[in-house]
Amino acid sequence: MSAAPVKSESAATGPAEPAAKPRRAGLFRTAWGFGRTKVGVVLTAAIVLIALFGPYISPHTDTALVAEPYVTSADGSPFGTDYLGRDVFSRFLYGGQILLLLAASAALFGTLAGTVLGIVAGYRRGWLDELIMRTNDILLAFPQLIAALLIMSIIGPQAWLIVVIIGVTHMPRVARVIREATLRIVEQDFVKSAEAIGVPRWKIMVREILPNVTSPLLVELGLRLTYSIGIVAVLGFLGMGLQPPDADWGLMINENRLAITVQPWAVALPVAAVAVLTIGANLITDGLSRASIGIDRGVEK
Amino acid sequence: MIRLIINRLFFGLVTLFAVSLIVFLATQALPGDAASAILGRDATPERLTALREQLNLGDPVAVQYGKWLLAALTLDFGTSFASGYPVAEYLAPRLSNSLWLMAFAAIIGTPLALALGSFSAMRRDRGVDHATSMVTLVLASLPEFVVGIVLILIFSTGWLSLFPPIFAGGSGAVWQYPGQLVLPVLTLVIAVSPPIIRMMRASMIEVLESEYVQQARLKGLPEKTVIRRHAAPNAIGPVAQVIALQLAWLAGGVVAIEYLFRFPGIGLALMDAIDARDIPLIQAVVLLIAGVYIVVNLLADIVGLAANPKVRVSAK
Amino acid sequence: MSTSTTDDHRSDEAAALDIDGVTVIGRPSDVEIISGISLSVPRGRILGLVGESGSGKTTLGLALLAHCKRATEITAGSIRIGTTDLLAGTAAEVRALRGRGVAYIPQSPASALNPALRLRTQLREALFESDDAAARVREVLREVALPDDDAFLDRYPHQLSGGQQQRVAIAMAFIGRPDLIVLDEPTTGLDVTTQAHVLATIRSMTRTYGTAGVYISHDMAVVADLADEIAVMYQGEVVERGPGSRLLSAPEHPYTMQLLRAVPLLKTDGGDHPADEAKTPVLTVRGLEAGYGRTNVLKDIDIEVAPGDCVALLGESGSGKTTLSRSIVGLHHQFGGEVVFDGAQLAPSSYRRTAEQRRRVQYIFQNPYEALNPRKRVRDLILQPYAHLTGGKVADPDSVVATALERAALPAAYGERFPEQLSGGERQRVCIARAIATKPDLLICDEITSALDVSVQAEIVELLRNLQNDGMALLFVTHNIALVSNIAQYVAILNSGRIVEYGPVGTVLSDPQHEYTRALIADTPDFELTFADSPMHKSIRAAEKEHTAVEGGTKRPE
Repeated sequence: MSAAPVKSESAATGPAEPAAKPRRAGLFRTAWGFGRTKVGVVLTAAIVLIALFGPYISPHTDTALVAEPYVTSADGSPFGTDYLGRDVFSRFLYGGQILLLLAASAALFGTLAGTVLGIVAGYRRGWLDELIMRTNDILLAFPQLIAALLIMSIIGPQAWLIVVIIGVTHMPRVARVIREATLRIVEQDFVKSAEAIGVPRWKIMVREILPNVTSPLLVELGLRLTYSIGIVAVLGFLGMGLQPPDADWGLMINENRLAITVQPWAVALPVAAVAVLTIGANLITDGLSRASIGIDRGVEK
Repeated sequence: MIRLIINRLFFGLVTLFAVSLIVFLATQALPGDAASAILGRDATPERLTALREQLNLGDPVAVQYGKWLLAALTLDFGTSFASGYPVAEYLAPRLSNSLWLMAFAAIIGTPLALALGSFSAMRRDRGVDHATSMVTLVLASLPEFVVGIVLILIFSTGWLSLFPPIFAGGSGAVWQYPGQLVLPVLTLVIAVSPPIIRMMRASMIEVLESEYVQQARLKGLPEKTVIRRHAAPNAIGPVAQVIALQLAWLAGGVVAIEYLFRFPGIGLALMDAIDARDIPLIQAVVLLIAGVYIVVNLLADIVGLAANPKVRVSAK
Repeated sequence: MSTSTTDDHRSDEAAALDIDGVTVIGRPSDVEIISGISLSVPRGRILGLVGESGSGKTTLGLALLAHCKRATEITAGSIRIGTTDLLAGTAAEVRALRGRGVAYIPQSPASALNPALRLRTQLREALFESDDAAARVREVLREVALPDDDAFLDRYPHQLSGGQQQRVAIAMAFIGRPDLIVLDEPTTGLDVTTQAHVLATIRSMTRTYGTAGVYISHDMAVVADLADEIAVMYQGEVVERGPGSRLLSAPEHPYTMQLLRAVPLLKTDGGDHPADEAKTPVLTVRGLEAGYGRTNVLKDIDIEVAPGDCVALLGESGSGKTTLSRSIVGLHHQFGGEVVFDGAQLAPSSYRRTAEQRRRVQYIFQNPYEALNPRKRVRDLILQPYAHLTGGKVADPDSVVATALERAALPAAYGERFPEQLSGGERQRVCIARAIATKPDLLICDEITSALDVSVQAEIVELLRNLQNDGMALLFVTHNIALVSNIAQYVAILNSGRIVEYGPVGTVLSDPQHEYTRALIADTPDFELTFADSPMHKSIRAAEKEHTAVEGGTKRPE
């Protein structure tokens, strides 16, 4: 921009001090400093533990009929039974595993693919950038849920399909963010410096650019994870996710919602699990993003 | 500026075209016999023949698409398999219901969000600001149907049976049943507002820290003038994009909400169509939702261009 | 041309500004940003406030309007404008005084003018008496030599040039006829000619209105030119203060001396004489044309650089100097003409050049804060390009790093640091170490000192001179004419994409042929430095064989 002095040189105008300034804390350490991040980690960990180990401590299996349908509590069923008479608590303990697995794979897949596209588009520019971004615009015109419903209405609800569709719909959104971050990095002279000595393009992308977009990358991963959980759950809720008789939080809500006034537990329990999980994931993401703003600008807060 | 707008319009059209192609390919150009794939176990020879006829399956794919697109351009999406009505006729009242729902949510949500965001920014780092930040963060995390169910659990069950858990209005326009609209609209407002609040807050803070606001204060202007004339107009610009994104999101977001509240709009129509494998209906609803999305974003782009004096003036 | 000063800073005229013991601290750390500053400025006089980055000069400037940046706070002292104490007043009283009692001219008018409001609105609102406001707006516009018609008033800030924007900011400050005006580096980012016009405007406006001024700058030459009295700030304190002529001739504080020594002085007589025998140039540029898309930014460029020589490429922003240097190194591809390095034509793209060619031509970038990958240690920053250019395995990596750092005058222990742990000057040294590790024959320096404070700049120039003595050829790109006279043997003056003058530095600067060169020298603010010679000037003179140092027309621009 201008030839003005860029940054504070602080005390460096005096005689050179031999002691090195300490390095700034990394992204995770900075993020951990925020109270909300800790709360997020606790909430997320609680639900993840329930999802992972729930089936081992469950009083019944997820499909066993234990009492009359829609009773609010029974012997061995503290939260009552669902529309078929299965134990709500057991189904709750069983119902998170697949959801977490699907959401995590979709978020990971979408973020990775989006990062590759974003870096390539942002660094190579030209027709490749144009092609990637225009394709993105088209994909972006489908709200994620609508895209998933459209495809699954034709092919039918399948677990792998859920991962692919959510991943593919995350991709353009991630690519957009990473491309912006890449553009900011590419403008900087250390990239030109590598080009001037002829470092291969792929090496520049991997060594110079990628390490400098890790902050937005992690924030995106967190955000995509939050959204993935939401979409997997809503698909289950719409009956387009896991199919009966599997236990799944989204499906549980769908199956029992008509009796919400009679037996609220069958809906409230899975809803609470999804809510706590998304809130936890988003709190962590927010902590990361606050930390990354501070780190990227080189200032605190 | 005119050239920029024409450019955007052109890309909007191209996108819409591409979207129609994807919808067509995804639903109709399936490998093998689309008709038997669609009908599945319900396939009888007569139904298969009828379906092949309606979808022009005898023609090459390109011709099928051409015929389908031309018909769609005249709002002729064919006949609904399930109801037997022409799709357009079937969807019209539902579309109007959905638009009412979205309009209520937008009209209530947007100004509220802008005001809350600015308010929070002006009280930066104080109690109100922290509270707003936490609440919006939590609300922004929740999938929209979770918000809806929590509202139902609070307002429709137990002692507080204030509003009905499902929409049970009779015939006629939906706004004739305000009591039944409260929960669906409230759900959408809560789902749509948090990102706008957060963006408005961030944008306002950035503007308040800007040198031109500092300069306005150093000129000795009263704080009210500084905010109204210098800060607010510049802060809203970047938020317009987010507002557009959120309003466009509404088009897809209504699906789960309408399903939850059994609200007779296009979202519920889509879910029913999926149940019945009613291809023409699915195609029409998805096209509609994508179309709304594209148009809203286009409008936001154009408004953004027109509001920026740099673009408006320099490109005579 | 130095400003004459009367030695009466304890004048009995009523002071327009009188501050006492002003302290500003940062929150929440409670570190004092400025501590216990006392100053006074009589009506009609200008006080120059000089300091390098981080000295607290802008904080003090804002405090004069009782304004604090976020997370800072004025904790002690009094600020009297005329007879009113700003710090004792209520918010409403302070506001009433701003614009009328004291006004502020910002560093960067481009960001201090509201982009969404017309000039008319922004000028009118700065004026509080409502009768005949329109006439007053027009009057003050004429005074700063801007058009006063409706068409101009209807413009938005982005439709003005940088110089015009700064004049609007000046008009806005003077419109309410304040007693005191605070100018915070108002000419930074302007080219020399525009700067000269803006300074002239400021001088005549303060004279017309009898306004007292506080002129904040890092640029000693500008301050010497404009101010009646100079205060030098260092680490939040005023370390020395006195009439300009006294401060420049007999500085008392060691920091003032250090600062003055570091300022490169424009030598228009004598200058460095290149060696007599004709050397074979290592780089020859002939008939180079370059552009972006259809616009041509460079035409008919001819330059030669011989080993051990430094050729300066002098031009203001937009002259095409960076395009030229980037074409030579292979970062700008769209050019035609000959670029011959050691007898072989260079391909436009660095990727088409041989590894040997890339190794022998190295480039150092303007901004050391952006030229180093923040995620790598200094060691890797030096080693990775080295390994790439010398083909794979490095036999003794430790000695490569140590040698490179040593030549750039950095301790070997710096190899383990990350860029964020280094100061700006140290970063630029690392960039130099990275470039010279591969033992290049030609070093292209693109404005490498413009992001640094003067004292750091002097050290970097010293370092470059040592490299040159070792036989390296330098192409030194700059906008700073004084710097040219202190480092280069040859100078090419670039104006709007053409070289308007090219020759030995001494010849060109003492007897400029082209009117652009003459204007450039005339517009560069100058001051006389009559105290002990600076090391920077000494060393170059040691290199001169016949010419002894003469403190001639000493000048220094920004």
